[in-house]
Amino acid sequence: MAYLELDRVAKQFGAQTVVDDFSLSVGKGEFISFLGPSGCGKTTTLQMIAGFLDPTRGAIRLEGKDLTAIHPAKRGLGIVFQSYALFPHMTAAENVAFGLEMRNVPRNERAERVRAALAMVGLAGFEDRHPRRMSGGQQQRVALARALVIKPSVLLLDEPLSNLDAKLREEMQIELRQIQRTIGTTTILVTHDQNEAMSLSDRIVVMSQGKIEQIGTPQETYERPASAFVSQFLGKTNDFAGTIDRTVAPTQLVAGSWRAPAPAGLGGPVTVSVRPERIGFGDAGLGAKIITRIFQGNHWLFQCESECGPAIVIRQNDGQTQPAEGDAVRLTWRPEDMSVRARAGA
Amino acid sequence: MSAAAEEGSARTPWALTAPALMLFVGVLLIPLAMTVMLSFHDWGQYKGIEPVFILKNWREIATDPYYAEMFWRTFRIAILTTLLTALLGAPEAYILNRMSGRWKSFFLLVILGPLLISVVARTLGWALLFGGNNGLVNKLLMSLGVIRSPIPFMFTETGVVVALAHVMMPFMVLSVWAALQRLDPQIENAAMSLGAGPVTIIRRIIMPQIMPGVLSGAIIVFSLSASAFATPAIIGGRRLKVAATLAYDEFLNTLNWPLGAAVATLLLVALVLIVVGSNALIERRYAEVFR
Ligand SMILES: Nc1ncnc2c1ncn2[C@@H]1O[C@H](COP(=O)(O)OP(=O)(O)OP(=O)(O)O)[C@@H](O)[C@H]1O
Ligand SMILES: [Mg+2]
Repeated sequence: MAYLELDRVAKQFGAQTVVDDFSLSVGKGEFISFLGPSGCGKTTTLQMIAGFLDPTRGAIRLEGKDLTAIHPAKRGLGIVFQSYALFPHMTAAENVAFGLEMRNVPRNERAERVRAALAMVGLAGFEDRHPRRMSGGQQQRVALARALVIKPSVLLLDEPLSNLDAKLREEMQIELRQIQRTIGTTTILVTHDQNEAMSLSDRIVVMSQGKIEQIGTPQETYERPASAFVSQFLGKTNDFAGTIDRTVAPTQLVAGSWRAPAPAGLGGPVTVSVRPERIGFGDAGLGAKIITRIFQGNHWLFQCESECGPAIVIRQNDGQTQPAEGDAVRLTWRPEDMSVRARAGA
Repeated sequence: MSAAAEEGSARTPWALTAPALMLFVGVLLIPLAMTVMLSFHDWGQYKGIEPVFILKNWREIATDPYYAEMFWRTFRIAILTTLLTALLGAPEAYILNRMSGRWKSFFLLVILGPLLISVVARTLGWALLFGGNNGLVNKLLMSLGVIRSPIPFMFTETGVVVALAHVMMPFMVLSVWAALQRLDPQIENAAMSLGAGPVTIIRRIIMPQIMPGVLSGAIIVFSLSASAFATPAIIGGRRLKVAATLAYDEFLNTLNWPLGAAVATLLLVALVLIVVGSNALIERRYAEVFR
């Protein structure tokens, strides 16, 4: 049973359609990421859930009730903005207390909950600091505490970590995940960082130009990308042009001199996508020549020129001797490590 | 040799700022010092100005209640003008800031446009509308039978305050506008998502953040109003003198330059004290929030 449900939601600004046909159902306690390049409509979708924008078409439901009919101030959602949007004239504690004040929580209980919320995000002792006197990471934590203290039905995070440096971002990712697991709040995170989306979420919604490309677990979207866009966007990938040969029995999938039994339901020209770390060097397979070999500590990175165009191969550094630059090699992979899509034209 | 080089480099900043410094001293400090000195000179109907050092003018200002009343009126007008511009200008800037694209630039132009027109012309406009029996508005209202006699506007404090507020409004709007630009664009949404209604958002979130803008606008408007000349001269005339018009009259009508200089000096000192004092107060009050 869906907790939060978006049903064919669309948003237009004038003639420009920014979000189109967006359908998603989120389970209670689930951690969902909206992942996509800049300008693909992630923030717009989040703002429609929050109520700052009205959808042009479609419905948004929370526990079966129409959310769009409820004023944003009454939706009871927790939101962390990209800029944090803390109240600069209030201390950390006053910022966190604001939502409770609006709910007329009695003073004693309020103080207790504010203290607990700040402690949860690791800011005990910072109650009387003003935001301008805090670091980016600390401000981010105040914003998170402010959103969580009202016990929101859904927590909406709009690129909350993008202003932090790499190390702090990683720390906050772990912390965010732990906090979310502990209190079990249904969470939607907007990000354009695929690592962030993969390491935090139960499911990822990959978006491009206002449309959903794929919804799936991090593993699914990485290993079974539904489109060329998804496979390109989620990490490095090799796309080889192949064909399905139906003149032989059983039908064969052919890419250069690499061949395997063809998957069902496809014919003619196809694109074969394989992740670089899934390709090995063997005795038979796609013919290639190693152009450069880069040592990167725990792995080797090979750039090759294959029969089907350039290819990248990543091999674990397991102590075995690796081919050298200029060597002729054969690239192989297991059929279950590739995804095959119909290729337009050709 | 190195000592000489060091000395040379120490002199460079002075050499570089010398032209500006000389201009500053020449056109501002020297006339100012001369005005202050002038206020200690003697003056008689027949003997003219005598370059002696006496406290006659200062004693006259201190003891004659006429001056106390006139200075009190000056600051009362300035304070009321400041309050009026703050009460109208701050909401005006806020509404302006919420307008979308094209309307925003249009109304910004409407508000700032008057700055391009002379103060005298703008003030004369008020005189044309409300000046006695011939004022346009008065004529209209009287012919419609709404009022019997002209609305008292000319030569009244109310008139001066209204006209001054009109003249000073752009400074307040600009100042609040600048403060609004520093607001996080999502701050109202943040407050709304926490359950705050529109009134609470303005009172608890927006107002405290634009207060420094309102206050610095108030300082500008107050000092400009207290030292304003053209508007009080046209609306208030001879009957309703303020410090600036009084100093002018002493200089050009009575020809008692020393007394006029004393009035001008006192106005300047009082203004500097008020402005510097309130500025320090504001900075201390908002120090921890706005660094
Ligand atoms: N108020 C608006 N009026 C017109 N167009 C808008 C408006 N807000 C957003 N857009 C457009 O909608 C598209 C999607 O914007 P959105 O902010 O949702 O992108 P995003 O995925 O959040 O991107 P980013 O990662 O850069 O934040 C953009 O092309 C943007 O120009
Ligand atoms: Mg965005």
